[in-house]
Amino acid sequence: MAALERAVIVGAGLAGLRGAEALREAGFSGSLTIVGAEPHFPYDRPPLSKHVLAGAIPAESTALPHGLDADVDWQLGTPAAGLDRRAGTVRLADGRALPYDRLLIATGTRARPWPNPHEGRLAGVFTLRGRDDAAALRRALAAGPRRVLVIGGGFIGCEVASLCRKLDLPVTLVDPGPTPLARVLGRTIGAFIGAIHAGHGVDLRCGTEIEWLEGAGGRLVRAHCVGGGRIEADIAVVALGAVRNTEWLDGAGLSVDPGGVDCDGAGHVLDAEGQSDPQIAAAGDVARFPHPLYDGRRVALEHWSHAVAQAAHAGRLLAGAPPDAAYGAMPTFWSTQGDLVVKSAGLTQGADAVVIAQGNPATGRFIALYGRAGRCIAAVSVDSARWLPAHAELVAAGAPFPPAGAATDRPKGVAILDPGFS
Amino acid sequence: MSTRADASPGSPPGLRVSVDLNLCQAYAQCCYAAPRHFRIEGHEALFYDPAPAAQDRDDIERARVACPVQAIRVEDRGRGA
Repeated sequence: MAALERAVIVGAGLAGLRGAEALREAGFSGSLTIVGAEPHFPYDRPPLSKHVLAGAIPAESTALPHGLDADVDWQLGTPAAGLDRRAGTVRLADGRALPYDRLLIATGTRARPWPNPHEGRLAGVFTLRGRDDAAALRRALAAGPRRVLVIGGGFIGCEVASLCRKLDLPVTLVDPGPTPLARVLGRTIGAFIGAIHAGHGVDLRCGTEIEWLEGAGGRLVRAHCVGGGRIEADIAVVALGAVRNTEWLDGAGLSVDPGGVDCDGAGHVLDAEGQSDPQIAAAGDVARFPHPLYDGRRVALEHWSHAVAQAAHAGRLLAGAPPDAAYGAMPTFWSTQGDLVVKSAGLTQGADAVVIAQGNPATGRFIALYGRAGRCIAAVSVDSARWLPAHAELVAAGAPFPPAGAATDRPKGVAILDPGFS
Repeated sequence: MSTRADASPGSPPGLRVSVDLNLCQAYAQCCYAAPRHFRIEGHEALFYDPAPAAQDRDDIERARVACPVQAIRVEDRGRGA
């Protein structure tokens, strides 16, 4: 390999960092530049919505351990603004152009903002994605708000709401869906988890949508629900999911849309004609790729372990030491919601049935196993992490659903439930 | 801003700890090995200190080694030199 080759990694998050490490470990000895939109060195996001909001650790202590030496050119605080594949350059927001021979796209996502920008700018209205977001929200929570309104009952929304209860703060969680987590876990399992949070004092308002946020003197004072009803709250956390950072790739001739930048099975990006670009790979939240475990369905996964594993794969690919197999790690994630831990293996999307495979929702500890067309496709543990690997094996093997086997604490006569995706 | 770091980009001297919570199964061995830096809340929610003081490296190393699922990663940036 030519030592003078230049590698550029766009995105200084978990995926960019692990991709850079893999590139070096696989023997790449050329110049290495890492571009980050934020002024911070790579940091770990999961603690932001948990430990940092709880006040257990300061936001700046989330810097990630890494194995890179000093021979890295960090371009931090300057987002990438464009990609010119013919010239082989990444254009930065400050106008400079960085030439590359190998490029890793790892720009991730940002928080979806409150749709009304004026209301979104009210003091007391927050999103939670970056380290600075977490530090600001922590300060607001520590000041003892009257009530926190969490808008959106996905994982971040549930984490923030349950954490507020740990801090003994009054909190209302609103979601237009029938239960929290309904989109990812379905309403059957979502209802079980929602009941646990309600039991801890979260004021859960499902089937409720916020129409507008009212301010006074530039500060949030209350939220108005669609169809009437008001929620008095001086803090609102907008947890409406994430938007992929793909805009900088407009005009680059790649196959890209708000759902991600498309990759082939190996991890190289595809151009608009569907041809692979061997100089460019993508990894992490922004990369949409055909998942071999799910019949090649194209997915973009916003999971911590996925960012690590796919970036390691992409780094080796770009170093010219491609892994033997296409990237196809089992998707896994965890979510710490107050003292409750939810973990998942596999993808629930398309499930047509679910069983409580172990434990009992009434006790707050159980494993839910999801099936599709007679095969196991995902397993979710609620405060039962030790039992998850055994069920994840069923998912990895595409084992028949419902599974045979008989755990000792398995409910008698396992009921096959409608998972409640709609 | 162009930052060509001198030695340890992004990390001040001392220890950095990260735990892969996908792997963690709450065996809590780290909590016995380094009780001031790891604790379990509820049934299995692990809270840990990602930036322990350098003088605690022996405790942290004991925790790392004790983990039955090897979920703990430690980066040691030296003794503050």
